[in-house]
Amino acid sequence: MQMYDLPDRNGHFGPYGGVFVAETLIHALDELRTQYEKLRSDPAFIEEFEYELKHYVGRPSPVYHAKRLSQKCGGAQIWLKREDLNHTGAHKINNTMGQALVARHMGKKRIIAETGAGQHGVASATVAARYGMECVVYMGSEDVIRQSPNVYRMKLLGASVVPVESGSKTLKDALNEAMRDWVTNVEGTFYIIGTVAGPHPYPMMVRDFNSVVGRELLTQMPDVLGRQPDAILACVGGGSNAMGAFYPYIPHKEVRLIGVEAGGFGIATGKHAATLCAGKPGVLHGNRTYLMQDDNGQIIETHSISAGLDYPGVGPEHAWLKDTGRAEYVSVTDDEALEAFHAMCRLEGIIPALESSHAVAHAMKIARDMPKDKVLLVNLSGRGDKDMNTVAKHSGIEL
Amino acid sequence: MSRISETFARLRSQGRKALIPFVTAGDPTQAATVPIMQSLVTAGADIIELGVPFSDPMADGPTIQRSSERALKNGTSLRNVLGFVSTFRQTDNSTPVVLMGYANPIEAMGYEAFTEAAASAGVDGVLVVDYPPEESEKLTMALRTKGIDSIFLLSPTSEESRIEGVGRLASGYVYYVSLKGVTGAANIDLSEVSGRLPMIRAHVNLPIGVGFGIRDGETARAIAGIADAVVIGSRLVQEIEASTPENVAANIGALVRSIRTAMDA
Ligand SMILES: Cc1ncc(COP(=O)(O)O)c(C=O)c1O
Repeated sequence: MQMYDLPDRNGHFGPYGGVFVAETLIHALDELRTQYEKLRSDPAFIEEFEYELKHYVGRPSPVYHAKRLSQKCGGAQIWLKREDLNHTGAHKINNTMGQALVARHMGKKRIIAETGAGQHGVASATVAARYGMECVVYMGSEDVIRQSPNVYRMKLLGASVVPVESGSKTLKDALNEAMRDWVTNVEGTFYIIGTVAGPHPYPMMVRDFNSVVGRELLTQMPDVLGRQPDAILACVGGGSNAMGAFYPYIPHKEVRLIGVEAGGFGIATGKHAATLCAGKPGVLHGNRTYLMQDDNGQIIETHSISAGLDYPGVGPEHAWLKDTGRAEYVSVTDDEALEAFHAMCRLEGIIPALESSHAVAHAMKIARDMPKDKVLLVNLSGRGDKDMNTVAKHSGIEL
Repeated sequence: MSRISETFARLRSQGRKALIPFVTAGDPTQAATVPIMQSLVTAGADIIELGVPFSDPMADGPTIQRSSERALKNGTSLRNVLGFVSTFRQTDNSTPVVLMGYANPIEAMGYEAFTEAAASAGVDGVLVVDYPPEESEKLTMALRTKGIDSIFLLSPTSEESRIEGVGRLASGYVYYVSLKGVTGAANIDLSEVSGRLPMIRAHVNLPIGVGFGIRDGETARAIAGIADAVVIGSRLVQEIEASTPENVAANIGALVRSIRTAMDA
């Protein structure tokens, strides 16, 4: 079996990744890389992280056989990895907990973060409160309106939320603004990036912290099933929950890895966020990866019903897994995701996040044509409490 | 010798320092850009840094972000910017023009097509904000074969080994970003700059420009006392924002002339 040990020491996954930032940020990234490289193999740090995951986050998260959903599809068995049961309701806290510990080791007392749906903002505000650190969350002013319950949660947790008015006023602009804050306050501030994007070492670090998901699966699946699943499916916005589930399985070639992107109103309409399916490689937010862009290299606005998938880039490691063929990437429309959302509510008593509903939708789609003894494992990245307003509005109901 | 080296050699023999204004191409309108460039030269600019607008200007403060947004709203693309340089060259064959911007528009055009087009338009230097030396070797080599200089940034946090690395790759001049933060953020710290320049000079055998945070003639004069070139951006872009398409070239000219006068006094 060929060893997979990417990224290389400069943060490259083949032609992707790297450090594409202004000189003013290089020193801070060097410092972070040096510190993190020490910590990631330090048994005391790993023990501390695992303790927090168990006692604060509530890990391991269970795997669950969605029998009624599988029955309805009439084919392959659908299993769920229940990241929705984590503290704060999504996989995001695996990463923010890890980065908060790195920040503490580096003596940083101020945390900044960007957020789209607000899940990463909430998870950052949570760990900042847990460790008594100041927390500032940048959020596009459009998202502040769309996701108001999460804005209030962040404030309850003691964070300040800064609405970002530039550009398209969504996640990518929040990331730009967080970078600007970081370069200005670089000495005492730690920037917790919320997905496997950004300049090296972020894509590697965020992957490492989330790969607890895949590591748990590696032992859980043989325990409950006697073998590994035939495929693992996960939604891909920036790609952190997918990378977390995929990474430990990369050497297990018999397990298909399927990333599900946001098809919005359909790829043909141009109103979507299916970066790997329909984008082109370029440079944004510190790394080289697939991007949604026009012919002149300007980043274009994306659309998805789920704010957490509404991002014009994608983690560079996914770009590499796509090009090498180790993972497959597909897209699912807003309507298909909503249908899966409702099916999960009615058949399984689980209200999934709209992001995660994309992965469920694709599993339902392919399960139909597969034999009953095949197993599809869906990473259910989060719960849907945050999406009540969006779903109600879509059904013409005012809450 | 490149136009940039010639310019610095001439200034050195005259005992003067270079004034390098930055404006965003296509702001406030595409039609205003070449007249603004001409007006900058008449007012005493030695080199022009022409900003290529980008949708996500991560290293820029609100002033230059807004100028980028205005230019993009006008439909200004990298190809248009190269067109402005060609037009400018029809009447000015001596003032160096440096394109300053972000990586992705160049990536989208492709290195070969870009260097080809930049050379035939009459571009003299290229500064890509989000290409640190580690990621820019290929583009630098491609530009070099066309005689185009690669300009790099150095910052207060650049370590000695990086300064050496930049010294090996850079040509034309290097650009010392005098403050931590984004463009237009604060006023410059003169003592910090004068403390850092000797170390940079020890490793970089090129003229050194200083920018970010220079807002008036007095500061420009002080910087000219210690560096080889003074770069002024956000202050000019503010002036563009406050002008109309009709009076913008004249207003920018007047502002640059006042800075030039202070520098040379
Ligand atoms: C529940 C959930 N899943 C998925 C995502 C998408 O992020 P990523 O692709 O990094 O997992 C988000 C982002 O907000 C989310 O909240």
